[in-house]
Amino acid sequence: MLDITLGQYYPGNSFIHRLDPRTKILATLLLIVAVFLANTAVGYGALCVMVLFIIALSGLPFMLVLKSVKPLLFIIVLTLLLHTLLGQGEHVLYQWKFLKVTEEGVQMGVKMSMRLILLLMISSILTFTTSPIVLTDGIEALLRPFRVIGVPAHELAMMMTIALRFIPTLMEETDRIIKAQTARGADFSSGNLLARAKNMLPILVPLFISAFRRADDLAVAMEARCYRGGEGRTRMHQLAYHAGDAAAFVFAFAMIGLMAFLRWGPNVL
Amino acid sequence: MEPVIEVQGLTHVYIDAENTKVTALDNIDLQIMPGEFVAVIGANGSGKSTLARHLNALLLPSEGHVKIKGMDTMEEDNLWDIRQTVGMVFQNPDNQIVAAIVEEDVAFGPENIGVLPEEIRTRVDDALKAVDMTAYRTHAPHLLSGGQKQRIAIAGTLALGSECIVLDEPTAMLDPKGRKEILSTMLRLNKEKKITVVYITHFMVEAMLADRVVVMSEGKIRFQGTPREVFSRVEELERLGLEAPLAAKVAFELRKSGMKLPKEIITNEELAAAFG
Amino acid sequence: MSMKLEHVSYTYMPGTPYEKEALKDISLEIKKGEFVAVIGHTGSGKSTLVQNLNGLLHPTKGNASLDGVDLSGKSNEAKMARGRIGMVFQYPEHQLFAETVYEDIAFGPQNLGLNYEETDARVKDAMKFVGLDFETYAGRSPFSLSGGQMRRVAIAGVVAMNPDYLILDEPSAGLDPGSRDAVFAEVMELYKKRGTAIIMVTHSMEDAAQFAKRMLVVYDGRIIIDGKPGEVFLKEKEQLLKVGMDVPEVYKLADALRDKGLRLPKEITDAKTLLAEIKRRKGLR
Repeated sequence: MLDITLGQYYPGNSFIHRLDPRTKILATLLLIVAVFLANTAVGYGALCVMVLFIIALSGLPFMLVLKSVKPLLFIIVLTLLLHTLLGQGEHVLYQWKFLKVTEEGVQMGVKMSMRLILLLMISSILTFTTSPIVLTDGIEALLRPFRVIGVPAHELAMMMTIALRFIPTLMEETDRIIKAQTARGADFSSGNLLARAKNMLPILVPLFISAFRRADDLAVAMEARCYRGGEGRTRMHQLAYHAGDAAAFVFAFAMIGLMAFLRWGPNVL
Repeated sequence: MEPVIEVQGLTHVYIDAENTKVTALDNIDLQIMPGEFVAVIGANGSGKSTLARHLNALLLPSEGHVKIKGMDTMEEDNLWDIRQTVGMVFQNPDNQIVAAIVEEDVAFGPENIGVLPEEIRTRVDDALKAVDMTAYRTHAPHLLSGGQKQRIAIAGTLALGSECIVLDEPTAMLDPKGRKEILSTMLRLNKEKKITVVYITHFMVEAMLADRVVVMSEGKIRFQGTPREVFSRVEELERLGLEAPLAAKVAFELRKSGMKLPKEIITNEELAAAFG
Repeated sequence: MSMKLEHVSYTYMPGTPYEKEALKDISLEIKKGEFVAVIGHTGSGKSTLVQNLNGLLHPTKGNASLDGVDLSGKSNEAKMARGRIGMVFQYPEHQLFAETVYEDIAFGPQNLGLNYEETDARVKDAMKFVGLDFETYAGRSPFSLSGGQMRRVAIAGVVAMNPDYLILDEPSAGLDPGSRDAVFAEVMELYKKRGTAIIMVTHSMEDAAQFAKRMLVVYDGRIIIDGKPGEVFLKEKEQLLKVGMDVPEVYKLADALRDKGLRLPKEITDAKTLLAEIKRRKGLR
């Protein structure tokens, strides 16, 4: 009865949704570099426009993407306040005892918090438009070349796949066990921390036993289906780059170029 | 014709948690021919699941031999050919689905043996069609019914190219609707695709539709024959903790009371016909 | 003395895209001492129904009560009332957790606040009841037992709470005929000797016909049939088949015999009666 949607995938069929996962992962990394390169108001302005443009392309509701900032809101506000109140610089706007608000401080605070907001929004666009399963495929494909230096690309991907498959099942199971023990009068909410931890045993023990049983069954079933590790394995879904992916890369590199120009280039503005 | 499965003098001994030797299978001989639909019945602990696991080399004999199309399971070189030839479907529908998307799961087998991507696509599409699950291709398995999950597991073996499917109590955890789905799917695959079926069950109604029924208890094959032959042996079945169909039981009792009835009545219609 | 549902509706995950109305305006009374079978296919709402009956789920609309006490309350009274309703889930052996059989069975009675002597007596009684020898099994790990034995330990754990009402969800699922008969014999003893009301969720028409005195058929979140099994299987056959349920084999056999002209009385509900009737018609001993 429980339906657990993992991650925060927001189904759709936009240009961004359709991009190859490798493109999205790499482009996200490139855009993060671009964010770190930005150091002028114009640069940040351009990045904001860019994020708005990508959101429009992806068909995601703007508020949904903005909400991804929420978990780090406290840190963002703190960053802003610290820079603003303990600012360095010459153009003092206001001073009270050791608190000093400077123009440079305000600028720095806005920049740093903008940087965090942009990073969060850019990376959440990736997870909003890419299902965890496709993301796993992308990560595996990107890690594959590193197998020669011992990165277990296939094993990592397999583990992620199985986790994605079994987390909903185990959550249903947890729900069932909690109900069964509740029906036997179990109390999970009273007592001190130690008592509460002890009260969790009637849930945890059956859950672990079940998880081990499932793992055991699954291992046998995988073996019966000829699983023998990543060696010689093929994949049904072949990731393939299309014209759109090329466009995305060009766009991402252009953003880096723009930010680099604004940072180190002749001061045209 | 060469048998798909040839079991010769198979004995399986293991040491249990209390350190005692347990003989799970005791000198079993069994031959299964291509295209047969064989049901294996027996009470819990009769050894039927252990037998199933020998049929695709998940277990190896303590004594005796298991040969799949002539390939001995004891020879390691045969392992992957054997597992492609004989597919397995297990009891718990949840614990044999690997991937978080239906078609990805069906593709798991062929991916493991290195089939080319386009070929996998064709196999997956065909397999899903054969179990009538094409419409659920991109669904998440945990949202499917038990019967649907088991059909995905069956599709997984088909995509691997199995000529024979061994099902180890595939319906034990399903509701009546799911049970019907699985049984009719297997009967159809047997008839239309000539898939050899070894169907382990403790539901007698399901075994009644097989070509041959093998009755096991305490690690031995007690008797075997057509459903008609097997299920009319009411007393022996009950002694083994199994239940004969109602019509067979009633016919048995009536015969005991002196009524003349044809031998080997197992269905309601057959019993009724005797009154016609 | 009764458990009551009054205009109960239950909706899963209300206000989300996954919203699902599992029960629709159900009113139901089950008296102490009844034996009720609840049948319906998977997803019909029967599990939701019984979980509302024992206070594990609280109605979205309407209310569930035991002897007038609202089961959704947080009061001690409501807690006591919920303690009087036992529930054996499907595959209850998957909820065993303690190191010994004894401790696992004692879990429920201890939660009821019973002292050591009372708990001890309850455990011994419950083990005797499910046919597990105290000396042999009390100190063993429940996980070292066979599947059938584990299920009995789990059932004993609920029986030890001395519930007035016992809900069983598919108690025979996955058991072979021998263990199945043993479990049902225990349930019948509870019903007959202790007067425990039994509410049994089952897929098996055979079990409903053989044991229950009243049968509820749940379909699409509603109770569409409520009656004595014998009457339901006779009168509501069409309706049952329409909602994907079946009638027990003995009814089918009797029908097949009637079709061939054998005159049999209507009220044949079990194999014994059927056999006796055939013999009578045919002049056999």
